[in-house]
Amino acid sequence: MKNFGYTRHTDRQIDFDATDKRLYQFVFDLEPSINLCIFCGTCAATCSAGHFTTLSFRRISLLLRRGMNDIVKKEIENCMLCGKCQLVCPKGVNTRNVILQIVKGIEKYEL
Amino acid sequence: MNYNHFVIPFAAGALILFAILVARYAYWIVQMPRSDRRKAWTGFFRPAFFRSLWEVFRESLIHKKVFRVNAMLGWMHMSFAFGWFLLIIFGTIETKFHKHKVFNMPYDPIFLRYFEHDEKQFFFSQGFSFVMDFLLLILLAATFLAIFKRIRSRFFGMKRTTRLILGDRIALYSLWSVFPLRFLAESFTSGLHHNGGFLTGTAGIAFSSFLPLQQLELPAWWAYSSALFVFFVFLPFSRYNHIPTELFLIFLRNCGIKTSGRFSGFTEFEIYSCSRCGICIDKCQLAEVRPQQTQAVYFLQQIRRNILQPQTTFNCLQCGRCTEFCPVGIKADTLRSIKRTDYSLEYGFSYKYAEEKIPPPALPVDVGYFAGCMTHLTPSIKIAMENIMKKAGVRYHFIDRDGTVCCGRPLSLSGNERQARLLMRENKYIIRNSGIKTLVTSCPICLRVFRESYDLGIEVLHHSQYLLRLAEEGKISLKPTDAVFAYHDPCDLGRGLKIYEEPRMLIARCGELLHTQQEKNEALCCGNSLADFVTPEPRKQEMRDHTLQELLLNNPDALITACPLCKKSLTYGSNVPVKDIAELVAENQ
Repeated sequence: MKNFGYTRHTDRQIDFDATDKRLYQFVFDLEPSINLCIFCGTCAATCSAGHFTTLSFRRISLLLRRGMNDIVKKEIENCMLCGKCQLVCPKGVNTRNVILQIVKGIEKYEL
Repeated sequence: MNYNHFVIPFAAGALILFAILVARYAYWIVQMPRSDRRKAWTGFFRPAFFRSLWEVFRESLIHKKVFRVNAMLGWMHMSFAFGWFLLIIFGTIETKFHKHKVFNMPYDPIFLRYFEHDEKQFFFSQGFSFVMDFLLLILLAATFLAIFKRIRSRFFGMKRTTRLILGDRIALYSLWSVFPLRFLAESFTSGLHHNGGFLTGTAGIAFSSFLPLQQLELPAWWAYSSALFVFFVFLPFSRYNHIPTELFLIFLRNCGIKTSGRFSGFTEFEIYSCSRCGICIDKCQLAEVRPQQTQAVYFLQQIRRNILQPQTTFNCLQCGRCTEFCPVGIKADTLRSIKRTDYSLEYGFSYKYAEEKIPPPALPVDVGYFAGCMTHLTPSIKIAMENIMKKAGVRYHFIDRDGTVCCGRPLSLSGNERQARLLMRENKYIIRNSGIKTLVTSCPICLRVFRESYDLGIEVLHHSQYLLRLAEEGKISLKPTDAVFAYHDPCDLGRGLKIYEEPRMLIARCGELLHTQQEKNEALCCGNSLADFVTPEPRKQEMRDHTLQELLLNNPDALITACPLCKKSLTYGSNVPVKDIAELVAENQ
């Protein structure tokens, strides 16, 4: 490709009609409290694994809703289930069960 | 020889029961690990055997632990178990005296009154008929109490009773009918032949005045024998299976066999020893807030029926109150954590970062402080700990000052033992490399896993134990105040590790400690246990409020706890300050 002195980013629009909602739906059926998440980021501030990686429950929740399951799969590997996010969540999301169900969903749909 | 066709149901029932039990127990014993089997065989020749006999008398016959829950409930259980036991013993002796023979048919004592109604006086015959009638009266009263308990269980100190399945119901109704039918049959015979004691004799005379006893006698004995048949046949498939199984469980436990990391023959003995008495239901805090049948009794029932739901397995606080109150002593919380490993994930959770961390070089200090994730969430505790140790002049190494990987217990509570090992390996590496001799942690969750699974080879203390030691050595001096405190026992620290006294002794040095209704081994959970994956947040808050209500009943100035998770959880709902024991010590130093 010709170099015009600038780079083009790949399209980052999210087409909500085309996203893969299977995983989100699977988790929602088993743990409906994921729907309460307001992405406030309190969980991100406390995350034990956040010391070492980019993991935060807020990111997981957001990515899951956007159907970006491949990034979810990679990120969720780092969660230690320590439960601090659950204690600080202002909306009472049952975060630990959400994480467990996501991993189960990934196994189920072989994502 | 005494014989009538009606002995067949009893004899057949007893044979079927015996065959099923022998086959089952043999299978379980074969399934037990070899080392456990050896322990059991040698147990016959050790004091464990006599200890078991004493425990069988205390728990299987007298039901001491049930008495502790409620006296009426204990009386009902004792009169059934001990009463029936004595009835069998005295019946057997009576038969042998009566026939002047050592051997008799096994059904002879059961139907003695029908077969032997001659007036010949044998040794102590009057005494025997009095004792037998007296025991029958006790058992009839117990039957009445049992029926009454089904209607008004609150009278027996139980808010809820177990919801029974079909097999249980049939066995229950047949048990209810056994003793009234025996009473009728013996009374009818006595009405015809005058061979009864004070109860059946009197009733016999009364019945003979208005009933055609000639026609009714045989049907009554048939009914009695059939009731026994139904009870015996349904016993192995119902809650009453605990009667024979508990004897084995007590013996095996006294031989030193414990529930290990997986299901084996011993756990089968444990599972089938559950009598479904339902004492654990009221003691479970989840029963207050959720209608789901998730308590230990239902968990064990589902395992026995092979219909265990993941929902049941994971909906448990693992607070250990059910185990604490179980009259049979079944370790339901351990069984549940074993069952959780069935749902462990094959992939997921790899923790690459946990392998890359390089531990700091060993420092020349003896004491290491491990705050734990939850203490980092409630920083006032670690600040207090640092202040105390600085003031006391202790040279220490703060192992996870900048945060480290989790201790692994929250993960193993989810059943993922293999992944938890990855975290444990990392922490073990860090702790071992630091060269410390005493590890102090503020988090009972970490403490429990350090002690139970880490095998560190050094002293591991909770900070309350360490602070008490500092106080006793005179390194810190505590100023007594006139404030009053209530103390909340964290589950992992109290029932989990049996550390009850150290925090209390520290509080007593700082002020007055109030007693609460349910404390020490009976303490309530704060509601936010990491073991529960299912209960929604609002229900957890209800549990927390209920716990707080009880703790704050006597209006303390502050609520003291010894767990950062409990502190975080209780702070949200409390109207008095909630402090960790370290904060209290730091304030009064």
